[in-house]
Parts: sequence; C-alpha cells; structure tokens
Amino acid sequence: MKLDAKIPEGPLDQKWTKYKSSVPLVNPANKRHLNIIVVGTGLAGASAAATLAEMGYKVSAFCFQDSPRRAHSIAAQGGINAAKNYQNDGDSVHRLFYDTIKGGDYRSREANVHRLAEVSTNIIDQCVAQGVPFAREYGGTLSNRSFGGTQVQRTFYAAGQTGQQLLLGAYSALERQIGLGNVTMHTRHEMVEVVKIDGKARGIIARNLITGKLERHFAHAVLLCTGGYGNVFYLSTNAMGSNVTAAWKAHKAGAHFGNPCFTQIHPTCIPVSGHYQSKLTLMSESLRNDGRIWVPKKQGDTRHPNDIPEEERDYYLERRYPAFGNLVPRDIASRAAKERCDLGYGVGPSKMAVYLDFKHNMMNKYGRAEATKNGIANPDDETLLRLGKEKIKEQYGNLFDMYKQITAEDPYEAPMRIYPAVHYTMGGLWVDYELQTTIPGLYALGEANFSDHGANRLGASALMQGLADGYFVIPYTVGNYLSNEIHTKPISTDHEAFVEAENRANERISGFLKIKGTRTVESYHRELGLIMWDKCGMGRNAEGLNEAIAQIRALREDFYKNVRVPGSDSGFNPELDKAGRVADFLELGELMCLDALAREESCGGHFREEHQTPEGEALRDDENFLNVFAWENKGNHEYELHREDLIYENIKIQQRSYK
Amino acid sequence: MGNTMNINLKVWRQQNENAVGQFEDHKVQASPDMSFLEMFDVLNEQIIENGAEPIAFDHDCREGICGMCSMVINGRPHGPKGGVTTCQLHMRSFKDGDTIVVEPWRSNAFPVVKDLSVNRSAFDRIISAGGYVSVNTGNAVDANSVLIPKEVADTAFQAAMCIGCGACVSACKNASAMLFVGAKVTQLSMLPQGQPERQSRVVAMVDQMDAEGFGACTNTGACAAECPKEIPMSVIATLNREYYKAKLNGK
Repeated sequence: MKLDAKIPEGPLDQKWTKYKSSVPLVNPANKRHLNIIVVGTGLAGASAAATLAEMGYKVSAFCFQDSPRRAHSIAAQGGINAAKNYQNDGDSVHRLFYDTIKGGDYRSREANVHRLAEVSTNIIDQCVAQGVPFAREYGGTLSNRSFGGTQVQRTFYAAGQTGQQLLLGAYSALERQIGLGNVTMHTRHEMVEVVKIDGKARGIIARNLITGKLERHFAHAVLLCTGGYGNVFYLSTNAMGSNVTAAWKAHKAGAHFGNPCFTQIHPTCIPVSGHYQSKLTLMSESLRNDGRIWVPKKQGDTRHPNDIPEEERDYYLERRYPAFGNLVPRDIASRAAKERCDLGYGVGPSKMAVYLDFKHNMMNKYGRAEATKNGIANPDDETLLRLGKEKIKEQYGNLFDMYKQITAEDPYEAPMRIYPAVHYTMGGLWVDYELQTTIPGLYALGEANFSDHGANRLGASALMQGLADGYFVIPYTVGNYLSNEIHTKPISTDHEAFVEAENRANERISGFLKIKGTRTVESYHRELGLIMWDKCGMGRNAEGLNEAIAQIRALREDFYKNVRVPGSDSGFNPELDKAGRVADFLELGELMCLDALAREESCGGHFREEHQTPEGEALRDDENFLNVFAWENKGNHEYELHREDLIYENIKIQQRSYK
Repeated sequence: MGNTMNINLKVWRQQNENAVGQFEDHKVQASPDMSFLEMFDVLNEQIIENGAEPIAFDHDCREGICGMCSMVINGRPHGPKGGVTTCQLHMRSFKDGDTIVVEPWRSNAFPVVKDLSVNRSAFDRIISAGGYVSVNTGNAVDANSVLIPKEVADTAFQAAMCIGCGACVSACKNASAMLFVGAKVTQLSMLPQGQPERQSRVVAMVDQMDAEGFGACTNTGACAAECPKEIPMSVIATLNREYYKAKLNGK
C-alpha cells in the first residue's frame, strides 16, 4: 500500500486556505444524522467534541477518568505558542513554522506544520473568549515568555498551569454541549476495540470500568484523541493512567504506526529518589527562562551548591551553545545533562542530576528591576534577593512549591536538582493531512498522532497542536469524509463485526484473569520500563536494541504465563484495567525498538550512538532517512515498514545548529 | 531512602455503592520520601501477592493538578498538610509507628464507587448547567482587543485554579459545594467575557448544585482550610452576592 499524505497542491502558505474553501461541506440537516465518536477528552478530544457538536454533529465522547476535566493535558505547565507577534520581536507564521520544522530536526511535514502555525493565532483568541485567564501585563494586554529553540517571545501562559486553564476552557465548551444534549459523555469508559465494517471504522467497543461490561457504540467516524505512550517507560511525567491501548488497538486493526521510537526526554524533571517511585514530575521548561543550568567543574564534588564559587561552576549549555544558551531544544539539553553525569560531574545523592539555579536572575534581573522601580539606590545583595524572590514567586510559584513538596528542599534558597525524564511521544498513529489514519473514517488528533513535531517537539507546542487539531483542523477535514456518508444509515450494533470485536475483547480480558500466576502487573511494567530506558532511551545502539527486543519478547511470554490479576471482570477493578494496558505496552515496546534499530541515523530525540558528529551532536542521514517510518501490523508480532518521503520545497535543510 | 517507617493503616473497604463498608487493618513499611499514594502502591502489591483484592483508589497525574486523588486521611481531606493534594503528601509528614485512618470523600452527592473511590459527576453537571462562556469555535475576536487589568486577570486566575477534587465538599459538615461553585462563578463574573451570561449562569449553577443534594453553607470555612489550591472563602461571598443580584433582577 502506497502512503498518500494527501497534501493539497499550491504554494505552502495557501494550501490550507485553498483546502478550506474547496473541501466538500455537510449541510446542517445532514449533520444531525451523522454520529462521531471521540475517544479521549484532553485538549484535542474536548476541543474536537465541543466544536463538532456546535456544528451540529451527534457526538459521543469517552474518557477513562471520572471526569473529562482530568485528562492529562491538565498537567501541562509552561505555555502555548502562537505567532501573534504581540511583542514586536519579529515573530510571524513563517518563523513559527520554521522554528518547529528545525526544532523537529527536519522530520516533519512542511504542509502540516505550516497549517499549525497559521491556526495558532486563532487558538489564543478562542481561549481568551472562553474566559481562560492568561497572564497579563499592567496595561491589560497578554503577556509572553520564551521557550526553547526560539529567539522570540511567543509563549502565552497562565503561571505554571497553562494546560489546566486551556483544558478547563475546552472542558467548559464540552460540558456546555453535553448540557445542550449534543454530546453524550461516557466517563470511566475505556476503548478496547475499533470496529471495522467493509474496511471503514464504524464504531468502537468500550468497557465500562465501573460495571466491567463491554458496550458497542456505532459512529460514522471515530476520532482517537488518546494522548501519548510515554508510560511504556514506566517512569515518565505522564499520568498513571496514560496508555497506548486505544491507539494500539487501532494499529492492530490496520492503522499504521508512525515513527514509534521518537520519544521526548524532557531535560528538567525532579530526579528519581527510590525504587518505589511511581512517576516523575516535570519542572516546566519555562524555568529555563530564568534558571541557569550547571554542574561543578570538578568530578564528584560533594560541596553544597551554595559553597561552590562561580569560577568552579560549568554552565555547560551556555558554554556549548552560546547563541541559545539555556534555551536550546529539549533533546539537546537532555543529552548534554546525560553527558555530564555519565562523565562523573553529576550532583545529589544519586549523582544523576544537574543544578538549575535561579539566584543570578533573581538578583540581577528581577531584583534590580524591582529596586529601580521602588527607587532603592545601591541595593545590597539581600535586598535584591528579597525583591527578586517575589517576582520569581509570581511567575513560577506553584512549581517551586511542588519542588519543595517532593524533595523537602527549598529552591528559593538553593538550586533545584534536575534530570531528564520521558515526557512526550512525537511518534503515534500515522495520519495524512486530514488527520485520517490508514483506516478510512478513523482519525487521530493531538499527541496520539505522529504528525507535527518530527523527531523533537519544541516546548509549548503540544498544547498548540492539540487545540489546533480539535478546534480548527478536524471540523473541516472530517467533513470531506462525512460528506460521502450522508446516505449511510446507522448500522445496528448487532452486526457481526460488532459481535466479533466484542468477543475478541472479552476473550482477552477474561484471559488475564485465568492466568492466576504469581507476579503483579506492576512488576512487569517496571521491568519493561527499565529495558526501554536503558536501551531505547536517550542513547541507542544496535547491540542494545537487539538485546532489548529479545528481553521484551521473553518478558511478554512470561507475562502471559505468570501474571496475577486479582478480582473479576464484573465490577470496578483497576488492576484488570492496568493489565490490559501493560499487555499493550509489552507489544509497543518491541515495535519502538524495531523502529529505532531500522533508523540508522540520529535525529532529534532519536540518538543512535553510532551516528554522531565529532562534537557529539546528532548526525542525520538525509539521503536515506528523510522519511517517516509507518509500520503496518501484520499480526503475530510481525511488522512491515512503509516509508513516506518528506519533501522540503520551502525550507533549506541543514545541520541543526544552536551554537 | 534511608530509614524505614512502620505504618498501621485502617482503610475503608466497600465493594460498591450499595454494599455495606467496613474498616480493614493493614501494616506497611514505608520510606519518608515516598508519596502517600506510593505507600498505597506498595501496600497493594503486598495485598495482591498475598492473594487478596487490592484497595481501589482514584489517582492519575500524581502532581497535584488533575484533581482525581481523594482520600480522607485521619479525618482530613488530602491529609494533615495544607495546600496539597493526597498525591503530593509525603510519608515524611508522618511518624514511624503511626496509625493512619483512610476513608473516601464523605458526601451523599459523591456516592462510593468502590473502597476509596467516589463518583463526582455531580460537579460535571453543575459546570454543564452554566459554568462556561457560550462562545462557539470561530466566534472569537483578537485576544488583545479586550484589555483586562492585571489584578482582575490575577484574581480570576486564582479562582480558576480549582481542580474540582471535591475536598471542599468532603470537609464541610453540610457537604456544601459552595466553594467549588463560587470559584467558577468568581472567575467568569470578573472577566469581561463572562458578562453577557453573568446572571443566568449563577442561577443555573446554584439550581443544579441544590438538585444534586449538596448542603447549604454555614460559613464554617472548613472548605477553604482544606482546599489544596487554597481557594479563598471570598469566592463564596462573591457567589452569594452574584446570586442575590441575579435574583433581584428576576432571573
């Protein structure tokens, strides 16, 4: 099967406009007879469900949490990008487009990314109209800050809780449509099968997590907005429930999986403290606006950071990348931290951490500005610190509190200790320009698709993409498909395809309970995570990946012999839900390693140790790998690789440099 | 790491909404750096290994923002420490040898799903009744065309920080949801975008709140004291003021 990305003809900056004005429409009377299922209620899902319902479609939405407001988009901290150029610093749609392509290390589609940059401005307008309380300046205008990989200030934010505020905006729009009867909401439901009839997605099997019952739901189109799969690493910044199950079931039903190995390891997270650790906590990238990253110049230095004088500190990002300094993209900052720690310069009890230090900017940037404002001439250091602390608190207060709560150390007094952690997956279901997967009628939005971030996502771009897909892209593109479905009457869920899909799910779920082994689900997940982190994490090589594949296969085999899942399949049983999710991770992990093995180059977050420049930077191979890897599931853990060539007509591809 | 703590637990077990529940005793070894929920993870693994059914509890982001975790710990929603959710509470807040009593949220409007897990869909229905600005996608004007004074934006944000966890209801002797409703009403009534529906919103939300069976407010203040996001009592005053104004206008 040849992959067709369906990119519209014409000049780059007119593709989307032309598409929108020529795409077939569905008239309002017909929309009322078309059902759309939306799985997941994060930024992409909630915005899509609300918008499609506003347009008149009949929407059913599903989430595994007890309320749509709890989807993991809620935890995004730093901000959302938009090419508003409110700061008059030279920003434009083209610049946001260019930064995103370059940040992704030239592994994303020009047309998709340009569209994302175009609609970015509408997102901010929409959110403000909903009452999202973004940070503001004294004059009443919106405030911006910088994020990694850019040299302009285009990030809009609400303290360190931007994701929460944006999601609550989308959630309120969704709840409004629920109240109006246009959306039927199914909370505590998990999608366990895609139902296909004559090759098209026609519905899902969902499991009611409270009763344990399987339910059949028909729709003319199905949208998966189910987030990323970073939890395959066990420890990540994802929520405990974040999983790949819906996307994986779609993959097994025929949707190709794009670039599964492209994982974002975020540089600034609170380091691991013990074997019982269940998740890792992110410290927003926005902190790198004001925090300087350093390690001692001496290996194994055990002095308290405040006792290490300035000249004995190595601000290694500023040293290696003077043009971007502490604001280099995430993949580069993460690798640089690993490099220092691997060589013995790491700090803290585990020695697997670096410092993120605010004192310099607290005093010199904020303290001094406040002193001037308050007319304090020649302020001493203590005054500067006191004044600066107030400003830092205003911007990052909740993050500093969170850090203190977790580590019992006060980041206002001493630098934070941070280390990279799995955060986001650029890979996901392969989709074309219309966000349609290789199954007609099945779409993937937001982090669940692979589309816009190439091999590395820039900070504050995930929220942008989730909302772009849901508010402004899918409402148009789904119409192209549904305009041909207006004669399709609702299909009875007694259809054999529904019965078969339900039987498959039922067999699988009761199968877990029958094993009655000795090991907990959690112990398998933890072991899988370690394999993935060691061998498919920040650094990868052929030998390690081959080992990982063998280990994962053995672990999976053992899982089906020895796992112990307590309780029954009727009634609320979170342990059973987890078993299903871990079983899918045990398959996905293997595919990620296969993907990483086949991509014989380094790009963005995918660092193959065999392919690096003399300075230790990622060395791409554009001749052979300027393409998307899309994997087809052939059953029985066999996968076939298809490639979609990436064609750059507007951007000159170069070695990415932040020096 | 380091020193081990021996913890005794009395945990509420209840098979489902209609079943009769009871306390169950457990012993678990914890470390001071563990979060309270990680201590429950360890306990649950222990229970599964011993062939019994683990304790059901709600949790997701484990960084204090999703609002899913919900335990009453020694009689206090989210435990003894102010300004944090259960997932952000660490075992260093307890002592070796402590006995800790853990219960689900207590309110008729939040029926128990199982053990420590409750159904908070009443909150969603209150938002659905009016906790929004009616603006369809595509209707918005340029974001900077409406100026909002920084103090107004900051106060609205402070109210908007509510995570919808329900600790306020659980803490209240009347199981009142006034802090939750007040937070949303305050946010939207302060902002220019919320003005057109200002009066109909507050009435619709309060009506739904009453229909869900939440109790009345007697200004005790337990809600604000236990709120992990420290939403102030003043949002309740705002809610009352907004409600009376709307009623006087015949809404």
